[in-house]
Amino acid sequence: WKHVEILDAKTREKLCFLDKVEPHATIAEIKNLFTKTHPQWYPARQSLRLDPKGKSLKDEDVLQKLPVGTTATLYFRDLGAQISWVTVFLTEYAGPLFIYLLFYFRVPFIYGHKYDFTSSRHTVVHLACICHSFHYVKRLLETLFVHRFSHGTMPLRNIFKNCTYYWGFAAWMAYYINHPLYTPPSKWPQTRVLPSWAFPPCETGARHLCGKEICQLGNFSIHMALRDLRPAGSKTRKIPYPTKNPFTWLFLLVSCPNYTYEVGSWIGFAIMTQCLPVALFSLVGFTQMTIWAKGKHRSYLKEFRDYPPLRMPIIPFLL
Amino acid sequence: MGRLTEAAAAGSGARAAGWAGSPPTLLPLSPTSPGCAATMASSDEDGTNGGASEAGEDREAPGKRRRLGFLATAWLTFYNIAMTAGWLVLAIAMVRFYMEKGTHRGLYKSIQKTLKFFQTFALLEIVHCLIGIVPTSVLVTGVQVSSRIFMVWLITHSIKPIQNEESVVLFLVAWTVTEITRYSFYTFSLLDHLPYFIKWARYNFFIILYPVGVAGELLTIYAALPYVKKTGMFSIRLPNKYNVSFDYYYFLLITMASYIPLFPQLYFHMLRQRRKVLHGEVIVEKDD
Repeated sequence: WKHVEILDAKTREKLCFLDKVEPHATIAEIKNLFTKTHPQWYPARQSLRLDPKGKSLKDEDVLQKLPVGTTATLYFRDLGAQISWVTVFLTEYAGPLFIYLLFYFRVPFIYGHKYDFTSSRHTVVHLACICHSFHYVKRLLETLFVHRFSHGTMPLRNIFKNCTYYWGFAAWMAYYINHPLYTPPSKWPQTRVLPSWAFPPCETGARHLCGKEICQLGNFSIHMALRDLRPAGSKTRKIPYPTKNPFTWLFLLVSCPNYTYEVGSWIGFAIMTQCLPVALFSLVGFTQMTIWAKGKHRSYLKEFRDYPPLRMPIIPFLL
Repeated sequence: MGRLTEAAAAGSGARAAGWAGSPPTLLPLSPTSPGCAATMASSDEDGTNGGASEAGEDREAPGKRRRLGFLATAWLTFYNIAMTAGWLVLAIAMVRFYMEKGTHRGLYKSIQKTLKFFQTFALLEIVHCLIGIVPTSVLVTGVQVSSRIFMVWLITHSIKPIQNEESVVLFLVAWTVTEITRYSFYTFSLLDHLPYFIKWARYNFFIILYPVGVAGELLTIYAALPYVKKTGMFSIRLPNKYNVSFDYYYFLLITMASYIPLFPQLYFHMLRQRRKVLHGEVIVEKDD
């Protein structure tokens, strides 16, 4: 039997004393016991540490294996209100989908009265709307049916931050793409990126559409492959390897091919619409995803000794 | 916005590492937006954007105090002496101009070269933060220096008709006195001989100078509005092949509005700092 005392990490005030805890008890179980005396701090809000300023213990950590005596002293920190990942993802993705369509249909008070509910005469604008909607519908469906989160919750304030980012950018991009004074890329033949012999029958916009949609398929394949790595309800981590699906072969070269495809599809969208805000969104997204990819890459390297040395975080051979 | 960056080269009190209380999370898309209000005031509460926690583990605690190398100290001392001297020259030029001419008309024109030179060199402060020889957050310094650059180059320099406004004198005086105290504070701190009156000035002058400077800046931007609207300067209109537009007039309105949340945060941050430095009050660190 072990005893556990829980102190406030800041004030060192004793919050709770758990008498006779099983040595095999996990941190998750201790959190549950703690909640019984302090119902306002549900387990997801709690951070327990061995050192007041140290790292949080993991839920799976077993009491017996921690460097503590018969009486374990744990320091508690309140992580603040938490919200589930699924809720955050759904709100931050549903917003852009809806906002973009408001601009696409030119609802009143956006472009001036005479344009209300008119439709753009450029094909590329309609294609862009399909792409954008498809992108976010895909994300919503993936959130509901594909992603398996290793962590159930995140701090509540993140939802405001993330929504401002996604919704704001969506509105900014949609405003220009659907603007009555929009200039389609076909007027600027020098901007062709993919050679015309590669997709002879398509107009410029459609050719880039292909690039974007290939990336979308790739991104989806990676998400499916990652899902298969993590059995339902578990938190295990494994090294992802390429499967039969050729899109996943990018795993040979990078740790986070889903980000590579995501960036690729936004760059495709930027070239297709020829819209500077889209390019900026791609750039910001790329920066953020590179940071995450580097973090993930580093934790793979730390966790698995036999991690394939050829892999880079996000861009093959480069970054 | 006024230049009141905390944490001199000497660093008044180590800041806690900001990476503390974030749970290890998977992939939230939450880039810290530049100029985000929460990061302006105290640099000890930013940096916890969920997903970066994995990446952040090995990162060096940003507030950690380090002995500076000889070269860095020498450079910072030189830089701060030069900047103190520069702003002193500006102060003298301004006083002399007023004594001779008895009016503020033409004052800006007579000192503009010196002002632009030294204010533009303040960009090096961002570099100092970036390479880590000054322990202030890059974001805070970046916002403050760029707001100065904005006032000098994109407002006062670019819009000639407002150069004789009284509000220009208002922020010029506030800036000059602030900068002389600030740079001399840094200089003496670096030399380890900080006279009390400089410390006192550094943590008291701002109480008046900061609001005065902000008022001057806001009034100047306000005076610029009609000219900007009339000329359509720095604006991009549709249609264009990049499919983007920019309206300097609305940009200025948003800039003015952004002073409302930012000013009190910086001001109260400085007041807290003042209590800590001058009266030795121990302030319980705000939790993130």
